[in-house]
Amino acid sequence: MARALLNVPAKAKRGEVIAIKTLISHEMETGFRHSTTGVPVPRNIITSFVVNYNKEEIFRAVLFPAIAANPFITFYTVATESGTIAFEWTGDNGFSATESATITVE
Amino acid sequence: MKLAMTMPEFVRSGVLFTVLCIMMTHSAVAEIPLAERRSGYDLLSRETRAMQDDDTANPGMLWVLDGETLWRAKDGTAEKACAECHGDARESMRGVAGRYPAFDPARGRPVTLEQRINICRSERQKAPPFAYESKDLLSLTAYVARQSRGMPIESAADERLKSFVDAGRALFTRRQGQLNLTCAQCHDDNWNQKLAGNSLTQAHPTGYPLYRLEWQTVGSLQRRVRNCLIGMRAEPYAYGSPEYVALETYLMWRARGLPVETPAVRP
Amino acid sequence: MHGHDGRRSRRDILKAASALAAGCGAGVLVRPARATPASMQTAIRNVVSSATVKPGKVALDIPPLVENGSTVAVSVAVESPMTPTDYVKAIHIFTEKNPQPNVISIHLGPRAGRATVATRMRLVDTQKIVAIAELSDGSFWSDTVEVVITLGACLEEII
Repeated sequence: MARALLNVPAKAKRGEVIAIKTLISHEMETGFRHSTTGVPVPRNIITSFVVNYNKEEIFRAVLFPAIAANPFITFYTVATESGTIAFEWTGDNGFSATESATITVE
Repeated sequence: MKLAMTMPEFVRSGVLFTVLCIMMTHSAVAEIPLAERRSGYDLLSRETRAMQDDDTANPGMLWVLDGETLWRAKDGTAEKACAECHGDARESMRGVAGRYPAFDPARGRPVTLEQRINICRSERQKAPPFAYESKDLLSLTAYVARQSRGMPIESAADERLKSFVDAGRALFTRRQGQLNLTCAQCHDDNWNQKLAGNSLTQAHPTGYPLYRLEWQTVGSLQRRVRNCLIGMRAEPYAYGSPEYVALETYLMWRARGLPVETPAVRP
Repeated sequence: MHGHDGRRSRRDILKAASALAAGCGAGVLVRPARATPASMQTAIRNVVSSATVKPGKVALDIPPLVENGSTVAVSVAVESPMTPTDYVKAIHIFTEKNPQPNVISIHLGPRAGRATVATRMRLVDTQKIVAIAELSDGSFWSDTVEVVITLGACLEEII
């Protein structure tokens, strides 16, 4: 599975707005490049990134080839309760990667 | 200024040619005084620096994490992991990268960190060496070098490396390629000037293997030097050539005292 | 890429050499199709349909001059209380001259707490970047920034 780096606070106060940073390894081949013999290099990108917090969707992104390789996405969410934040990336050629982080909310 | 920003390639080459003409008239080479040495980090934009400084935003860290997995994985017919002999890398590898290339008495010459890893693989793990520039070799090298982050470079303090430092210096100051340039003309004499939109650095390899925005991936010092050689229209040496080792030995001596930054981020 | 006898032909070497003339691996001779301001407008219409997009409420933060177009940090912040009745539903980023106008489409809800997102994008040339926010009341707001690129993305040939 592709390597991912997450920055999710381990603890937060109820109602606090927390920042979540995500980084996943993926070449994000645009599909616009050609080899020296003029053969196009086929597109191979992550197309979707969905985040669930205790099974409820809190963030969803549709990615296009203009997103740089090794996609880095930062967003915010309200720390509502303790539980699991689940991250899922899907893309071309059946690409799929999942990660999760636990958070304690007091 | 506006025109300079929107040049198509051929105009860009024209400006490069002009700059090079000016540079070619300079044959005096002066080494940068120790106090004036700067890592390429100092010439980065605010955003690229932020990318390097935050471990959770630095793409190079993805390779470091892969390297950590390799460190603990058994490999070879000896079924050994690096961790079995070397324990926790955070302790055993601390300061190591800053002392490479290191003199190998068995071989009578310096070896780079990549070569050292491959020597361990063949001799201890009885595993085939990783190919140069392979993801595995880059990841493991990045992981080992990361353990020296912030520590000063002190390779080439070894007296036995003196002749190799000299050989590297000779390569650095030798005119080569169709453009008949020396490395020193850009990196000693004209650092901080622009070359095709980026600032020329002093060429201190403080952060290798590093994530280069141009490559969209992590690469080694050898890859970067090959890019330079091809850019100078010179024939690049094969990966692992003694020329690269000598050059790296000289460059690390030239960078002595500067802190290790692996995994660095560069444009 | 290789001649009959397996060695690189002179033409290939010259082509590769000229492709790397700038010394930084950036020069290529073949350019892919580019988006135009018109195709960006079409892409925006696909998202907003007939609604009017008003400038304001959105702050698109992107360096005005970037070192390398292959990785450009960009962040979008939208003014909004992010309550269940008044929040940002979506943030979209578009470019004028990339081969394709869409960059990313982000869907949020009141649970976001703050309508700020950041990512890294590719920019092929000096051009305008537009960020559009869709609010819960159905209104659309935007911000536009012109970015200068000295080394573009998407054009590097594989050697």
